Order: sequence, then structure tokens, then C-alpha cells
Amino acid sequence: MASEDELLAEVTSSEYKYGFYTNIESDKAPKGLNEDIIRLISAKKNEPEWLLEYRLSALKAWQEMVEPEWAHISYPKPDFQDLHYYSAPKPKKQLDSLDDADPELLEMYNKLGISIDEQKKLAGVAVDIVMDSVSVKTTFQDKLYELGIIFCSFSEAVQKHPDLVRKYLGTVVPKTDNFYAALNAAVFTDGSFCYIPKGVRCPMELSTYFRINEANTGQFERTLVIADEGSYVSYLEGCTAPMRDENQLHAAVVELVALDNAEIKYSTIQNWYPGNKEGKGGIYNFVTKRGLCETNAKISWTQVETGSAVTWKYPGCIMKGDNSIGEFYSVAVTSNHQQADTGSKMIHVGKNTKSTIISKGISAGVSNNSYRGLVNIGKKATNARNFTQCDSLLMGDKCGAHTFPYIEVGNKTAKVEHEATTSKIGEDQIFYCLQRGMDEQTAIGLIVNGYCKEILNQLPMEFAVEAQKLLEISLEGSVG
Amino acid sequence: MIKIENLHASIDGQPILKGINLEVKPGEVHAIMGPNGSGKSTLASVLAGREEYEITEGSVTFEGKDLLDLGAEDRAREGIFLAFQYPVEIPGVSNINFLKTAINEIRKYRGEEPIPAKDFLKLVKEKSALVELDNSLASRSVNEGFSGGEKKRNEIFQMAMLEPKLSILDETDSGLDIDALRIVANGVNKLKSADNASIVITHYQRLLDYIVPDFVHVLYNGKIIKSGPKELALELEEKGYDWLKKDQVIEA
Repeated sequence: MASEDELLAEVTSSEYKYGFYTNIESDKAPKGLNEDIIRLISAKKNEPEWLLEYRLSALKAWQEMVEPEWAHISYPKPDFQDLHYYSAPKPKKQLDSLDDADPELLEMYNKLGISIDEQKKLAGVAVDIVMDSVSVKTTFQDKLYELGIIFCSFSEAVQKHPDLVRKYLGTVVPKTDNFYAALNAAVFTDGSFCYIPKGVRCPMELSTYFRINEANTGQFERTLVIADEGSYVSYLEGCTAPMRDENQLHAAVVELVALDNAEIKYSTIQNWYPGNKEGKGGIYNFVTKRGLCETNAKISWTQVETGSAVTWKYPGCIMKGDNSIGEFYSVAVTSNHQQADTGSKMIHVGKNTKSTIISKGISAGVSNNSYRGLVNIGKKATNARNFTQCDSLLMGDKCGAHTFPYIEVGNKTAKVEHEATTSKIGEDQIFYCLQRGMDEQTAIGLIVNGYCKEILNQLPMEFAVEAQKLLEISLEGSVG
Repeated sequence: MIKIENLHASIDGQPILKGINLEVKPGEVHAIMGPNGSGKSTLASVLAGREEYEITEGSVTFEGKDLLDLGAEDRAREGIFLAFQYPVEIPGVSNINFLKTAINEIRKYRGEEPIPAKDFLKLVKEKSALVELDNSLASRSVNEGFSGGEKKRNEIFQMAMLEPKLSILDETDSGLDIDALRIVANGVNKLKSADNASIVITHYQRLLDYIVPDFVHVLYNGKIIKSGPKELALELEEKGYDWLKKDQVIEA
């Protein structure tokens, strides 16, 4: 076992595993953000008038907003006029099968270990791959179609199912919700759309792999998942990004709608480029994720966040209907110079609503990891319940862990519990593992995975295995 | 098996071990006794490879290899097992998963394939019976919420699973009631063979009623000041350590 200082130094030597850059020609809009760019995006995507109007009003709102400063993060503010807001891989021709796909693209999937070929054979997982902004390939659509399930790119949904999009877009995250959500509403280029009809239980995990590819392209994904009455869907989202020097901005919006008696399980693995060991580069991840639960509905968010230079993200649930349930399970890892300010918002509106927040933060290197959560019990939310548990694990003595819980209770029948712990991976624990013949890396992997077990258990099996590996890779060499 | 020569070790510049000489051969059980603060646990930690201790002088040869040259994990893989005085809790990691990982790492070191699941489970069943360990303990998190007695039995269970050449039992009897002591000792005795050896560190003679040593050594002020057959333990029980301490002063 090396000394603490040596080990901390070693943290910095763990390079980003998925740092490669695919060279695909792209069709790019000029830099800058104004009405003309919005019109260009909308025209490129052949959008209906109402959507253009939606974008333009969002742009107007955004122009009057200021970037929020309250999060426990610091970063050079992006120059929003210095970004490209549209870029799409140039389609060589219409793809009928994988054989026609760009070999470079396929190569990239292979590096990521998610070859579509394999996915097809494995079955059980339908993948809608979003690269930069245009969906390239969707699988399993036919099978899902038989059940009436719609799972496609957002642009396709706009063309084929405009009524559904129009009915729900912006109903959970209004275009004026916050600075980044407004920006997204103005400039989003693509994303995923999913609709599960009444009473249908989606037979497979729906999965989207996002990937930022083009240098200097802000990513503005839009996801909308609607589970109609009595339906169920489990949705997976996983991401990696190539190594880049300039910071890349990502401001996604995810909206979930669970109608009466419906259930949505939304799982995320986020592994975007975190920047190099000096803290240069890396993704800025400013995401707004929220779900709306109608009567007896349930929404659970599970996330494993290991990437990005800056993360600002609070997946939440609005429990509007009586007896509805909101859950949030999170592991957030920061190492080197990463900064994360993340947590959840649970808004109880209906009676007998229940929410659970379990957040596990792991900080290593000189990183900062903050939990920020809001539990709001409305006046009419009789018998609402919340349980919150925030645990922080520190590795080394140069990182920080912070907890900022906000609790607002407007109904005296509510029960709200908050538990928080902070611990350190002990030399004792590591020595105990070493003495049983494990090397240090294995020991840390074991201890960290044990610490995160409650969260990993919430993930679908294939994803849980991937997440475990990711945790081990992310914390390579970081011991305190 | 292991040969310790003139071993000196210190922590934060403070000398703790001041010239230990000890040789243990296969099949032998050596007891190390001594008053509080004499350096017993330090000796165990130094042999297992804890980093806080600085070796200032001397050598340790284990099966012909320079032990002090190996990291803690390699010492374990070479066959040194330390039963901890205070076993560590690892929340969320099941005992089973912990042991399987340990066994496979050791096998990898020896160039062997991972243990097949069936063999592993068979081994767990067999060895947990040895220390009368409840089956449910095997699937619980490592030492989490275990009673003092369960933790110590779990150490011996791990020892049984890993089949070390040299086991160092650091005050395994501390905090055990008489039944637990009997179970633990019984487990240790069953694991004894002509090929392995143990160093039993203890404060009280009581444990040695159950685990009968071939040799007893008295450690005081960082040195072994007296060695003898198992009867020495009884003498210590009767007379305490003071008479030896006096001799030590005269010698010095």
C-alpha cells in the first residue's frame, strides 16, 4: 500500500477511458443564438408553426433571464454566442440495415461496447441512439409498434405524432422554468420520445445512448416520456463523450408524465468527459429533469453520475395526484476537479403522497460534491410522507462534501424525515481487504460498490453491472 | 516457515519493537504473551504489512522470501493470515462476495482459474460449520451488526476459507465469553496441520487451555524476554509478569 499522498497523486493519472473522437462530417449552423438561428433549426427540422412559436417565446424568455449563481459550483460562464446550436451528421443515404451504417460510427459503438448488432441479438433492449443531435438508428420499433408503444426520436415524433407532442411538451418543465430549461426549449435539436398506451406494460427496457461528438456543439436534448393510464415503462439513458479541450455545454430537459395508475422508472448512467487532471475541459451538465404523477402513479429516478466537469441536476417529481409516489436514488461521484451540485425536488400536492430520496455522494481528489434537495409539502397534501437519506463518502483530505436540504411543510399532518451521514473510506477497511489478498483497486471497488448497493439494486441488471464497472474505473487510484 | 531476526519497528519515530527474534516451523503453535503495551499487536501488524510502522532494523524471512519486501496483499497471497483484534465492518459488501473476491485474487496470484461457484458454496457450507457460524451471517455484510463473538468467529471462518500457511491470531480471545472461546479455539484446532503454523497472541492464559501451544514467548518492552514450553503460560498466570520485568531490569 502506497502512502496517502502517492495515492492521491495517482488519482490524477487515471485518464478518461472513452476519450476518442469520431471523425464524421457534420452539417453545422453558424455560431450564435438569435431568432434567425431558431428559425433555421426549426426549418431544418421541418417543424410546424406552433413549435417554432414555442421556441421563439422560449428564446424571448431566456434573453431576459440570468444564469443562476446559487449552486455550489464555480466555472467560467459559457459564451452563449460562441456556440453552434445545430449540428447533424451528414446522412450518406437512408439506412436500411446496419451494413449501410457509417463504419466509423459503428466503430465508435464498438469502443463503447454497445454494438447494435449485439444489442439486437441480446434482445430485451431497444436502443435509440442519439449522436450529436440527430437520431441515427432505432431498433425494435416494429415490436414496440405492435403494442402501440411509440419510441422514436423527438423530431420524428414531431412529424408523426404532433398532437401528443403538442399536448405534453412543456407541461412538466415550463419553458420559463429556469435559465437552462428556457435555453433548451428555444434550441433543442433532438432527443427521444416515448408513449406507452393505456394498460400496456412495456416488455423491454427502453434505452437511449446519448453521445456528444462534434467540437463546440452545445447539446440540447429533449426527452418526453408519457405513460398513459395503468401503463408501465422502464427507461434507460446512458452517456459517454469523447475527449475535448474546450468545455462543452449540455442543457437537457427530460419530462415524464405518468397518468393515473401508471409507473415510470427512469435510470441514468452519466459518464461524460470530466476534464483532465488539471481540471481543463470537460462537460458542463445543466439538466432539468422532472416527472408529473397523476393519481396512484409512481415515478422513480435512479442515477449513477460519474462524469462531467460541472453537474447541476435535480431530478424531481410533482406528486399531483392522490396516493402518488416519487422516488430518487442517486450515486454521484466526483474526482479530480469535478464539481457536482445535485439532488432532488419532491413536490407533494395530492393526499397520501409518498416520496423517498436516497443520495450517495462520493468525493475524491480536489472535487466538490454537494447534495441539494427540496421537499415541499403543499397545503392540501394531507398525510404526505417523505424520507430522505444523504450519505457522503470522502476519499482523501482535499475534497469536499456538502448537504443543502430545503424542507417546506404546508400541512401539519405531513411526516418528513431527513438523515445524513458523512464517512471516510478508512485505511482500516482497505488494510482489511489487502490482508485478505485483494489489491487496492479491488478493495476500493468492493467498498464503494457496497456503499452504493442500495442504489445499484434499483438499476436493471445489465445496467447495474455497467454501473459497477464505471464506479471502479472512476475511482481508480483514489484512496484516502 | 517464518524467521524473524532482530526486528526493530517504530511508529511516528517511537520505537515499539526493539529486536525480536523468533522462528516458527511448520506444524507449530507459538503463543506470544505479555502485558499491555509490550508490542504484541504491533508485531502482528508489522508481519501483516501495515504501512504506518517503519522497520528500522532486522529481517523477516517467510518460506525463503524476504517478507518485508512484499506488500500486504502479496503477503496474504503467500499465505499469511491475520485474525484481527478488531475486525472491520464493510457495509453493503456481503461476507460471501468478500470471500469470493479474496479467494479469486489469491488464486489469480497463483495462476489459477477463479473458483467455480459450486465448489465455493460447498466450501462455505463446510467451513462455516467449523465455527458454528449461522448461514445467514455468510450473506450479511462483512462484520456489520455482528456481535463481538460473531466477528471473531467470522475471522476464523475466513481463515478456514483462505487456508493460510501461517495464521496470526491477534487477541482473538478478547471479548469472548467461554462458549464463544471454545468454538473459536475448536475451529483453530481443527484447521491445524503438519503444514501450517500459528502465532497466537493473547493476554490471558485462558485461551491456551483450548489452543495448546508448543512454545510460549513473553514479550515485554518490544523484546522477547523469556521463552519456554506451554507450562510457562501457567506460571505467568500464577505469578503475573512482574517477576520477569524485574529480571529484565537486572539484565539491562
